[in-house]
Amino acid sequence: MSRESLKSLASRTARQPWGLWWTQAERVVQIEIRRSLFSWRAGWVYFLAYVPTLIIFLHTIVDRHPPGAISEDTKVLAGIIQLYYIRLGIFFGCLGIFSRLIRGEMMERSLHYYLLSPVRREILLLAKFVAGSINAVLLFGSAVLANFALIYAAFGAAGRDYVFSGPGLNQLFAYLLVTVLACLGYGAVFLLLSMIFRNPAPAAMLVLGWEALNPVMPEILQRISVASYLRHLMPVSVATEGLFALLTVETEPVSAWAAAAGLLMVIAVVLIYSCYRIRSIEIRYTTE
Amino acid sequence: MNDRIVFDDVSKFYGEVLGVNRVTLSLPPGVTTLVGPNGSGKTTLMNLLTGLVSPSNGHISVLGLAPSETTEFFRMVGYCTQFDSFPRGLTGWEFIVDSLLLHGISHDQAAKLALESIERVRLGDAAARRIASYSKGMRQKIRLAQAIAHHPRVLVLDEPLNGLDPMARAESLALFEELGRQGMHLLISSHILEEVDRISDRVVLITGGYLIAVGNIHQVRQEVREKPMEVIIRCNNPELLASRMFAINHCVEARLHPDGKGVFLRTGDVDQFYSILNDIAAEGTIKVETVAPADDDANAIYQYLIGANGSTS
Repeated sequence: MSRESLKSLASRTARQPWGLWWTQAERVVQIEIRRSLFSWRAGWVYFLAYVPTLIIFLHTIVDRHPPGAISEDTKVLAGIIQLYYIRLGIFFGCLGIFSRLIRGEMMERSLHYYLLSPVRREILLLAKFVAGSINAVLLFGSAVLANFALIYAAFGAAGRDYVFSGPGLNQLFAYLLVTVLACLGYGAVFLLLSMIFRNPAPAAMLVLGWEALNPVMPEILQRISVASYLRHLMPVSVATEGLFALLTVETEPVSAWAAAAGLLMVIAVVLIYSCYRIRSIEIRYTTE
Repeated sequence: MNDRIVFDDVSKFYGEVLGVNRVTLSLPPGVTTLVGPNGSGKTTLMNLLTGLVSPSNGHISVLGLAPSETTEFFRMVGYCTQFDSFPRGLTGWEFIVDSLLLHGISHDQAAKLALESIERVRLGDAAARRIASYSKGMRQKIRLAQAIAHHPRVLVLDEPLNGLDPMARAESLALFEELGRQGMHLLISSHILEEVDRISDRVVLITGGYLIAVGNIHQVRQEVREKPMEVIIRCNNPELLASRMFAINHCVEARLHPDGKGVFLRTGDVDQFYSILNDIAAEGTIKVETVAPADDDANAIYQYLIGANGSTS
């Protein structure tokens, strides 16, 4: 690209109404969070997020917690994050949250209000994605945090020691990072699927199967998966047997930052394609 | 800046189903009524105009802007659709304020504009209630308020009188008329032709996805010359006038006005008709008070051109 064309691109970019776009995106995010996070319809997502928390809470009350059981409970927590949240809770929670953003509004015949506003469709899509991500991260992040706190609080001084003087805090940050990336990754995928398919549920089942079988796929195909990147970020490995072993198997060793960067790149690619798709969306509610 | 709404050879196909075919239109400011039977392509035309659907062929511009230039386009255009649905759980007030905030204006400014538009459609205190509790007429009003709240220069209204009671209809028509007088573009589709016709500057007749006539309502009527035209004449001796006029072979029907002070005459040659009427008036035996076309309204032309079943005659 010549210097002149670069200059002209830079000047065109600078002339864009970035301030207005930022304000509009902020407003869409606020509206979406208000409409979806605090609605009764989100109840089942709350359930998905907090059902392990409830079970851990009951164990905290009922079970005895000798200091020697910390390592066992640490593995239990790792199993809950890797086998429940990543594979089921966040997966289906994001399916519900993100497929509602565009497809849900088409089903309820209210998407046209957004499309008739002076908001660029790409801004609308990205703002909706941010709103969905905030919803998902708030719900699942707080649930993971609560699970972590409950598990180690039950051990009293030994638990505090493990968290603040041992590996506990690092593990917590890793779990929160995994949760955030899982929400963003599955969110981007389900947002796109909901624009392509009228009913994204069957496609989501295919994604679930793909994610489960991904570790035994050729290396190049392993890169097209959310869970495969997240596996490299898990601070505690979970030993499983039988079919469950497929869900936790370590693939080619990758550094944590490379896994995070790789997943963010996948998310960016999916979002860019979604921006392209939303430009051609038509309002034809009668065919929904 | 161009002040017209332009459809340039626009076609829209939904798969193999025709939406509209090769529509070319150039509409100046004022009130334009879109007339056609159900499924004729009125809503498709409006959705094309506002970018809710994309044309399979051709180009559309509104005051020089394409619908894809979202930011500038939707500051100038308001569209009150026929979709009777809303985002869940909102009050009328929240619905309008949310829409206005997307324009990037301040919360204070949004509140001011929302209040103004709610007052304009006379929704009053109901704006504080959830839309789910509204009657059909109130939902129609809140959609109209949302469409006009940002002071658009072009207002597209798809069946805006549906569900309104007679009083609300009259208020809405007065509002449309006022907006049209202020130099706005209003594109209105409606089945209540007699009412909309009164405020229309021009009509667009469409059926089966094809435009069949465009223009000032009286011009369009003149173009339908092969159809007998009905004229009402107020005079002191309608029976005598009817008998005189009926003797002319191109006068095909005559009936007295119910009040007995006028006569409806249907003629196949309006120029000859007026010429003979002038002669009769000049004789002085019949005192003619007023002469007016009785069927050059949108409804009559619609019936002539499209027919009751929607097929072109």
